[in-house]
Amino acid sequence: MIEILEGLKAAFQLVVGFDAELWEISLRSLRVTLSALVIASVIAIPLGTYLAVQRFRFRRFVISLINALMGLPPVVVGLVVYILLSRSGPFGVLDLLFTPTAMIIAQVIIITPVIASIAHQSMRELWAEYHDLLISLNTSKRQRILTLIYDGRRNLLTAALAGFGRAIGEVGAIMIVGGNIDHVTRVLTTAIALETGKGDFALALGLGFVLIGIAILVNIAIHSLSRTEREGRW
Amino acid sequence: MTAVFPLKLDRVLVRRQSKTVLGPVDLVLDPQGATIVIGPNGSGKTTLLRVMHGIERTSGGTVSWARDDPAKHAFVFQTPIVIRRTVADNLAYPLKLVKTPKDQIAAAVDHWLARIGLLGSRNNQAARLSGGERQKLAIARALIRKPDVLFLDEPCANLDGHATREIEALLHEVAGAGTRLVMATHDMGQARRLARDLVFLLDGKIHESGAADALFAAPGTAELAAFLRGDIVT
Repeated sequence: MIEILEGLKAAFQLVVGFDAELWEISLRSLRVTLSALVIASVIAIPLGTYLAVQRFRFRRFVISLINALMGLPPVVVGLVVYILLSRSGPFGVLDLLFTPTAMIIAQVIIITPVIASIAHQSMRELWAEYHDLLISLNTSKRQRILTLIYDGRRNLLTAALAGFGRAIGEVGAIMIVGGNIDHVTRVLTTAIALETGKGDFALALGLGFVLIGIAILVNIAIHSLSRTEREGRW
Repeated sequence: MTAVFPLKLDRVLVRRQSKTVLGPVDLVLDPQGATIVIGPNGSGKTTLLRVMHGIERTSGGTVSWARDDPAKHAFVFQTPIVIRRTVADNLAYPLKLVKTPKDQIAAAVDHWLARIGLLGSRNNQAARLSGGERQKLAIARALIRKPDVLFLDEPCANLDGHATREIEALLHEVAGAGTRLVMATHDMGQARRLARDLVFLLDGKIHESGAADALFAAPGTAELAAFLRGDIVT
């Protein structure tokens, strides 16, 4: 209990004191996570929608695979990305290991199935609602997908926020591919792991509270920008 | 421009899970008037309309238009489907699909909003409309691309007398303007008010068809006579 109070105090001091390192780490966390979120959403949302509207031979298998990949262990993802990006790996020439780009790649792999799976669920329901109308209007496949994405954008926002939540709190993969290098790849989660290892629980908890605060603020900001819950049902 | 009519159904058959739900059906629709499809529940009225519109797969036979142009026929469903947008956006949607210029879309939307009495609701979410208003919106949306033929699947089911009267007035008007109507209904009063031709379905087959006045005056079969009397026909 004392540690938690100390943690709250540390978080307050870090935020109120405009701690330069805290700002740097927090901004890097946000930059990496939001970059991964944008890339993953661009892949996952059309994929989830396509799976909702299109019937093809291995569709069920693909859906099951994406659902299964939601539980992908981050440490394994980190390890695979590490091997691919290491000097002896196929992409070693790009020299991306221990950079924020490597961390973004790992996070994209982790959150794409999460966003795609949730997007597919909500798009499937919307497709059931719209199916007859869109077929009767002789829409093309592209028009159907774009209509569902546009009209289901608020549900898709929830899918994206689930991906954001998973990414901002991720530590295993980005620790492996980023290396937790001070001023280069250190983010809030890896800093928390480091301080815990050093035994500075108050600072670790303080950083943890800041992390939770950022996650809540980003959620509120996105909801408010997208005007969710302001128009009746939607 | 070649006319889309006549529409010919030749030995059309629809089977679902080894059960025949429609057919074999032979039918020819010419360009004028209103054809009303009647019959007990499960007789195949909805399936017949969907087959003619091209949104139901057939198991056998052929459906052929003189000129097959899906943009020239539209469908109104029993339960009106509105997209999750404003009333005006619902009306504009079919025109946007075919890349109609913005000024033409605005003019058409204004015309139809005024015609169905929803000018004051143009910026309201369509889902907030009453059942009758939604169905009027669905009919206006179906008519906004000026189809040659409008299929309606029991459009006044579950609506009160006032809404039904408004919809019938709208249908009279569009039929008078040259749009071919093909409508399924349970309401014999409505069938008498709107029909030029009558198609009586029983067990998925056309049991009797012909000029409405003649069939109402002297049904050719005991089943149609019983159905018109309001008896239970199975």
